[in-house]
Amino acid sequence: MMALLTVNEALTDAWRTFKGDKWKKEIDVRDFILNNVTVYTGDESFLQGPTEATKTLWEQVMELSKLEREKGGVLDMDTEIVSTITSHGPGYLNRELEKVVGFQTDQPFKRALMPFGGIRMAEQACEAYGYEVSDDVKKIFTQYRKTHNQGVFDVYTDEMKAARKAGIITGLPDAYGRGRIIGDYRRVALYGVDRLIEEKKKDLRNTGARTMSEDIIRLREELAEQIRALQELKEMAASYGYDISKPARNAHEAFQWLYFAYLAAIKEQNGAAMSLGRVSTFLDIYIERDLQEGTLTEKEAQELVDHFVMKLRLVKFARTPEYNELFSGDPTWVTESIGGVAIDGRPLVTKNSFRFLHTLDNLGPAPEPNLTVLWSTQLPEAFKKYCAKMSIQTSSIQYENDDLMRPEFGDDYGIACCVSAMRIGKQMQFFGARANLAKALLYAINGGVDEKLKVQIGPEFAPVTSEYLDYDEVMRKFDNVMEWLAELYINTLNVIHYMHDKYCYERIEMALHDTHVMRTMATGIAGLSVVADSLSAMKYAKVKTIRDENGLAVDFEIEGDFPKYGNNDDRVDSIAVDIVERFMTKLRKHKTYRDSKHTTSILTITSNVVYGKKTGNTPDGRRAGEPFAPGANPLHGRDTKGALASLSSVAKLPYEYALDGISNTFSIVPKALGKDDATRVQNLVAILDGYAKKRGHHLNVNVFNRETLLDAMEHPEKYPQLTIRVSGYAVNFIKLTREQQIDVINRTFHETM
Amino acid sequence: MNGFIHSIESCGTVDGPGIRYVIFTQGCLLRCQYCHNADTWDIGKGKQMSVEEIIADAETYLPFMQASGGGITVSGGEPLLQIDFLIELFRRCKQLGIHTTIDSSGGCYSTEASFQQKLNELLQYTDLILLDLKHIDEKKHRKLTGKTNEHILAFARLLSERNVPVWIRHVLVPTVTDDEEDLRRLAAFIRTLDNVEKIEVLPYHQLGVYKWKALGLTYPLEGIPTPSEQLVEKAKQILGAK
Repeated sequence: MMALLTVNEALTDAWRTFKGDKWKKEIDVRDFILNNVTVYTGDESFLQGPTEATKTLWEQVMELSKLEREKGGVLDMDTEIVSTITSHGPGYLNRELEKVVGFQTDQPFKRALMPFGGIRMAEQACEAYGYEVSDDVKKIFTQYRKTHNQGVFDVYTDEMKAARKAGIITGLPDAYGRGRIIGDYRRVALYGVDRLIEEKKKDLRNTGARTMSEDIIRLREELAEQIRALQELKEMAASYGYDISKPARNAHEAFQWLYFAYLAAIKEQNGAAMSLGRVSTFLDIYIERDLQEGTLTEKEAQELVDHFVMKLRLVKFARTPEYNELFSGDPTWVTESIGGVAIDGRPLVTKNSFRFLHTLDNLGPAPEPNLTVLWSTQLPEAFKKYCAKMSIQTSSIQYENDDLMRPEFGDDYGIACCVSAMRIGKQMQFFGARANLAKALLYAINGGVDEKLKVQIGPEFAPVTSEYLDYDEVMRKFDNVMEWLAELYINTLNVIHYMHDKYCYERIEMALHDTHVMRTMATGIAGLSVVADSLSAMKYAKVKTIRDENGLAVDFEIEGDFPKYGNNDDRVDSIAVDIVERFMTKLRKHKTYRDSKHTTSILTITSNVVYGKKTGNTPDGRRAGEPFAPGANPLHGRDTKGALASLSSVAKLPYEYALDGISNTFSIVPKALGKDDATRVQNLVAILDGYAKKRGHHLNVNVFNRETLLDAMEHPEKYPQLTIRVSGYAVNFIKLTREQQIDVINRTFHETM
Repeated sequence: MNGFIHSIESCGTVDGPGIRYVIFTQGCLLRCQYCHNADTWDIGKGKQMSVEEIIADAETYLPFMQASGGGITVSGGEPLLQIDFLIELFRRCKQLGIHTTIDSSGGCYSTEASFQQKLNELLQYTDLILLDLKHIDEKKHRKLTGKTNEHILAFARLLSERNVPVWIRHVLVPTVTDDEEDLRRLAAFIRTLDNVEKIEVLPYHQLGVYKWKALGLTYPLEGIPTPSEQLVEKAKQILGAK
């Protein structure tokens, strides 16, 4: 019988060739990466195709996906067992073939029951697909155990409820998990769970020795919960036959340990975005060591990546139809951030950066994981070209400007959800959905009366009474409305996040953070381009109001032409910039829950359709009910000077005022990128470099013809894997609602040559 | 100095190397039957824009030009009809280190002294000319464009003598410009030039037909299809295009 290894021997064994000291003494994954990374500047020629096992597994997945589609979008749901880290026994797709194991429930494609955010939401999600939550669970979560949702509505003021109903603040995470928190799942692989528990216990001992104030009490309780969650994580892994109390000793274990940590998070939370972080380069270090030691081949390394990615593609949550309207296509935002450059100037591109993108070839395109390249003009040329090539092939990649983010977030940040950068394990956010500024502009004109509901929602400001809208007058009133809105918005978010912490705390995700984290209050703006164009119309053309019987301005007639956002025209672009700066400045005036730092994003996800539906005619000529442009995009059809003019307008928005991200979705037909493949790759690289230099933040890149989408609408069965980028994430096109498919097709496709 | 401008495209990828800021000028002497910008024919219409205005706008795209090895292309219409404007525009471009290209059919070329003098100056600031040779056969050229091709071929020869880099372009229209014998003659002519960096065969397309209709004009090539890939390949082979 082999003697058991002592703790120190286990560490020496797992860390045998790794360099550096600091990361050994304290939890510091970044230091480990910088000491051990093998930068790769070559091209993709080393990549290997899928193994037989990979192909078999993926066929199984495609078969199950088909069944799921045929069953109306959900294959199976748990209605009895409330999901926790240890709630379900092990689940497998094909136990003999899977290199990375673990599912959220005991079966793949079976959606877990998650009532902590709100029991009504969980019930409705089940009902929508013909299931019913068991009476026991219903009783527990209505009679004995309060949920986040109930907590929020206990505290919401009448004004908050009205603003929510009118849709001037909307999409709020008050009935579903807030998400957008990234656990540092790498810690489990590097340190093993025991060490992490030990560190948290140390922090607990160092907390509350003096004044036992409310925040200290809360922190001590949270730490106790974190420690409990870590123990449950070990227990869950043990049910699959793995002991993850010690560090991973090889690449296979590193993938598996890391995945277990992530799995624990998605068993415990159904947050809107359950992002992964920045793991590919970290995992490359283990692969490189195994390759050096001769215990792993390139083929096997790719297989690990393929199987890991396959698991990430199978993350599923039970959602309600209303939720799906906001975030269409069943997204989970398993965002993985790839590439970027270290503060010391080395690109953090490894062979694993390629391997992750290569899964789009080996398994075909897919919306998840949300592959996000941290783009820098300093990335190796071969990697840039490979990214562009894969984008043109699959439309599955988004790009975010590392040169812009690095000074703010360092070189070990990741993207949560779509565009929210945060230091991994050191920073989290309170996700705040968004305020509808287009509607706020209408409130300025109508004195706080909602143009759809015809009731007073905002304070009774003096309305505009003139026949023609005067830019200065409207701007003055709009400023007042934004002032009111900013305060109400922050207060509403404070309520939500207080209750989320109280009733739906992310135990395991926060256990994989430092104890003292930086928190942001992440607000958002919707309807920016509508507001900018409306104000431009007032300033440069004449806008006549058309009033209903009560004198409410319900429609507008524009006389003359005016500059439109999206054409690189400073006259209107400067208005968009001004609105962002103004609103952010107003938000900053208000006290936030847990003294989180105010940020904002210009991102709508697919909710631009819903916000548009809830908003009346606007002075820019947009008709009532028509979708807004997604994110920071110009309204479709209004950018007429070509792709770069459109990009240049968006790039003017100041990132410093929108640190939670500025989303831009860019669709171009292949021919417009150049005549042949090599030219297309070269031009796309140049567009990304140019956009980065112009301080643009985020770019979704879609390369395809409109005809493909039209055909996919009519014959979805022919396009099971057709993936497109929408605002900040990618979706399986055929999973979008018809309304959203049409919205996507109507958007500007840059096709001039 | 103002130019008459039809429109501007910020992301041109097919009119010269890299990503191009393409200025479509207003006005042309030719009336090519396959023209896909028939709305640029009329002289003296369009939007008047000053050189400074255009330069200020174009400059904002420098990062894209630099990253792609691109620059500015003036297309049309026929850019050479506004040669004074071109001279000033390109002089400013060269001060800023921007690569300059003219997309021309040479339709207004003349040996008149004042034109020659201006052309001389312009060529100092011009890095590349995309020269459309529409038809090598004089009669067929007249039928296709309404003008002779003599001065156009003279223009090509002059550019060769001056050693100005040129990309030759030929639009391939089935039954109109695809005759094998004509293509061989065109190839022979191109071989007499010393300045040709690239030869491009542009397959005819109908994307501009709607403009004819909008202008109330009858489209003369109604019913003529786009060329097949084989036809394009064959023409490329004959012309020595890559």
